[in-house]
Amino acid sequence: MAKLFAVTIILIAIASAVPIVRGTWTQPVDISTHGHSIDEQFHETMWEAGLAFLAAQIVLGLFIWTSAGRGPDAQIKRFPGGATGLVLAAVFLVGTEVIALGIFGVNAWAQVYFAPPGPDAMPIQVQAGQFAFYFRYPGPDGKFGPIHPDKIDEANLNFFGLDYDEPATKDDIVTAEMAIPVNREIHLLMHSKDLGHSFYVRELRVQQDFVPGLDVSLHFTATKVGRYEIVCTQLCGLGHYNMKTYLEVMSQQDFDGWLKKEAAMQ
Amino acid sequence: MATTVHEPPQIKSPRRSTADSGGGGWRNLVPAGGNLRAVRDDSSPASRTGIWVAIAAITMTFLAFTSALVVRQGASNDWRHMQLPGIIYFNTLALLASSFTLEAGRRGFRAMQGDLSRRAATLRALYATLGLGLVFVAGQYMAWLQLKAEGLYLATNPSSSFFYVFTAVHGLHVLGGLAGLVYVIRKLNRNHLHGSTLKTASHYWHFMDVLWLYLLLVLWMKL
Amino acid sequence: MHDVSAPAVHHGPPQSFISKYVFSLDHKVIGKQYYALALVAVFTGMVLSWLMRLHLGYPDLKIPGLHLLSKIGAPGDVMTPEYYLQLMTMHGTIMVFFVLTTAPFAAFGNFFLPIQVGAEDMPFPRFNMMSFWVTFVAFLVLIAAFFVGDGPPLSGWTAYAPLSAVGAVAGPGQGLGQILWAASIGIFCIGQLLGSLNFITTTLDMRTKGMSLMRLPLSAWAWFITSCMGLTAFAVLMPACILLILDHVAGTSFFIPSGLVINDQLQPHSGGSTLLWQHLFWFFGHPEVYIAIVPGMGIVSHVLITNMRRPLLSYKVMIASMTSIAFLSYMVYGHHMFVSGMNPTSSLVFSFPTLVITIPATIITLIWIGSLYGSRLRINAASLFALGFISMFVAGGVSGFFLAQPSIDIMLHATYFVVGHFHLVMAVAAIFGIFAGTYFWFPKMTGRMMNETLGKIHFWFSFVGAYCIFMPFHYLGIMGNVRRYAQFVDDYMQPVLGVHKFITIAALTTGAAQLIFLYNLIYSRFWGAKAPDNPWEGTSLEWSTTSPPPWDNFGGKHLVVHHDPYQYGMKSSTGDYIMQTSPEPSPTGE
Repeated sequence: MAKLFAVTIILIAIASAVPIVRGTWTQPVDISTHGHSIDEQFHETMWEAGLAFLAAQIVLGLFIWTSAGRGPDAQIKRFPGGATGLVLAAVFLVGTEVIALGIFGVNAWAQVYFAPPGPDAMPIQVQAGQFAFYFRYPGPDGKFGPIHPDKIDEANLNFFGLDYDEPATKDDIVTAEMAIPVNREIHLLMHSKDLGHSFYVRELRVQQDFVPGLDVSLHFTATKVGRYEIVCTQLCGLGHYNMKTYLEVMSQQDFDGWLKKEAAMQ
Repeated sequence: MATTVHEPPQIKSPRRSTADSGGGGWRNLVPAGGNLRAVRDDSSPASRTGIWVAIAAITMTFLAFTSALVVRQGASNDWRHMQLPGIIYFNTLALLASSFTLEAGRRGFRAMQGDLSRRAATLRALYATLGLGLVFVAGQYMAWLQLKAEGLYLATNPSSSFFYVFTAVHGLHVLGGLAGLVYVIRKLNRNHLHGSTLKTASHYWHFMDVLWLYLLLVLWMKL
Repeated sequence: MHDVSAPAVHHGPPQSFISKYVFSLDHKVIGKQYYALALVAVFTGMVLSWLMRLHLGYPDLKIPGLHLLSKIGAPGDVMTPEYYLQLMTMHGTIMVFFVLTTAPFAAFGNFFLPIQVGAEDMPFPRFNMMSFWVTFVAFLVLIAAFFVGDGPPLSGWTAYAPLSAVGAVAGPGQGLGQILWAASIGIFCIGQLLGSLNFITTTLDMRTKGMSLMRLPLSAWAWFITSCMGLTAFAVLMPACILLILDHVAGTSFFIPSGLVINDQLQPHSGGSTLLWQHLFWFFGHPEVYIAIVPGMGIVSHVLITNMRRPLLSYKVMIASMTSIAFLSYMVYGHHMFVSGMNPTSSLVFSFPTLVITIPATIITLIWIGSLYGSRLRINAASLFALGFISMFVAGGVSGFFLAQPSIDIMLHATYFVVGHFHLVMAVAAIFGIFAGTYFWFPKMTGRMMNETLGKIHFWFSFVGAYCIFMPFHYLGIMGNVRRYAQFVDDYMQPVLGVHKFITIAALTTGAAQLIFLYNLIYSRFWGAKAPDNPWEGTSLEWSTTSPPPWDNFGGKHLVVHHDPYQYGMKSSTGDYIMQTSPEPSPTGE
């Protein structure tokens, strides 16, 4: 049975690696400017984790195969280098590798979080609430009108709690889907109406929780025209699975047209 | 021929007697005779370790509450500083005094080994501790009444919330300490009191004191 | 009157049925009670997982009888999305608390720690008894949530605020259900603190003559280290639960900020911090997962050594590694919060200890694997599960390389990748540790042997089945399958619905195979072959007494320990091992 077990471990390990190697289920193509460093981190990590996984499982299987069934007279052998060698291997092979990954990963993280948005970044506000995302564009005046939670009235489509008599609010444009021009930096201003939610667009390589009571923001630039899903990833209640909308990346021209159409519908 | 995993045996210097038994203490409980039951010295290491373990856990709880207070205070600008009810300073004195009477009781108990007539004085000191402890708890309750009279309830403001939470949780632990004192007094009345029991109870009680001083400081600084 | 120091063990042999089997002060009975509780909990949790998987694989499925569990949750026997989340919350809560904390730690630890140190019992038997019954009450309070009003909470075992704090307005189960949840967990914390008290004092103060700390079996060290973690972790979760309950019932705003509009109602709370809950919860939560795995590491080490007939390559390194894991576990908790909105610098700060904790975990794994080399490995149900633990721990551990990095977490947070990671290490590895301990120690605990053939069948189904269930989770996570979804309605999820069906079948099959274990357990308990005192030719103190041990563990004998716990592999008067209590000198001088 030991040999069968050894073979099983090794086969399972190899079988587990197959979908990864063949890329059967992968992340979608990156359409962001910062995503390539995240993807690089991911692939580097996959190499290391994958090799560690395979090596450990194969050696485990091998040692089970060779050590099982050895009788009471068989000599007990000590692994060369003993514990010291293994500690050194753990520290210098695995430890330094993962720490190096961490250090190189700082850059990928910093691109998302430590670089401020450029001065020309287009601000878009997104509000998350049970169970939908709504977006607001500032309109020609470039300013967002103030939000009054007590004025929120979903039945009358006042999702943000806006007072349209206020000057800055008059030209604000509220939409259920998010459209952005391609190759233009977006500054996404995030707040939650009620509970914790999260904004996740796989292709854009962004995921960020909304924090009730705090204004959080993200900035990114999309590089490819297309229609992408935005989904909520922070458990927010019974409709969590269905809390989604779409990001439409368009040419600047198409975007201008879209915005005009949306403005007319306010 | 024996085969082993280890290097061939070497002459080593005699191992430090961690494996030897002594008359109690940290590492061993059993004397050279190997008799598990015979040795029960005064300090009973298990109860001593035990009370410090309990103190560690209670400390962590209050550290968690403290960090909740600090974070909550910084989270929003709705914190309204409140005046601590004056009576809590009197309560503090009562609690401090109770630690002194408890120590008097412990001294009396030790003196009882040689002179049984010290029993009455010992009991008096322990009753005094109990009494002062009750004064503390009653006084804390009166502090709550005072706050209620000012319109400060549990949910009125985060500052009052934390006042009630801190004093309630500490008060509950003090009640536990009072139960321990009652237990000690009853045992003493029946001449069944073990030194380790009294020691454990007094460590706990003094900790209630120290903990209260810490909480008072936090309340005074933050509220 | 003179001062008489109290004997550490007050109780004599129990007389009545109640004092023998119900309110027992005997650590062995308490250990078995915890085991029984964990058994009930694990089967409950497993059934919940079947219901979850059925719904995920087949969302419109009618599950016969489900409406009996909840009329509003499953009208016409079809599970609503909210009921899915409610079952999911209870699944996680029951498994993490009432299985993974009770079985490896409280059940086996209570039974074997006093014996392995050579004591008659733990120093505070009444607190120990209270610890079990308090835990039992906590379980009842939690289960009660199934049967109240609109059912159990749906906020997950992590109960993030404000969803968990604002009350019923946020969704079904968020009123009374959530309060019962918080009360249950708070009560549970008290039970575990009482337990930790006993474990720590037993290890430090109750060792018999000759049993120095460096002669303790690795399982004893693991329980000791775990109890230290428990002391600090549970002591922080309890205040968090108290504050959560206050937000529900007293109108406070510890975790609820102002301006929240739920169901068109402006919430009356203001000023609280939702991140505060996350910090408090995860300060507990991360050590908790090590509380779940470290006893398993100790058990696996112990079982493996006995079945390899040789000690590990280094006993001290194992202890140092387990200790460093415990120590580091407090510094890593923010890795659950990388994208939570906390300061991004904090995320980087937390990621480094998270990466560093890989090192002791790797050391432990390499020492196990390295010790196999040149050993005389015996294959039985216990050793199979111990070896399976290693495989699963590796599989679950390497996904940690990804999740420890904030930049990668941007893509993998809240996906099935995370779910795969923690199920492999907790639901599989830790459970395998429990199985290994069961097959290994059942003879000692009951005086009877378990059926080896059934044990091996159980192992094969569990090992292959677990990989079939949880490996695919990683692939799903990589392509962005979000977790905690009752159904998969997103466009990009449609091509992988078939994978979910496969997982469901695997889960049901593997789950059914656990009934083999249950049958084996129950049958063997009453009709298994009589067990000798030392069926595995082990060296530690539990094998120096009868199977099962007498009420005072050693029948009045006062053991003297002469050796470290892992004298295996030499020629001796007993064969190839020297028991700890044997006065026979060891060739190594240890």
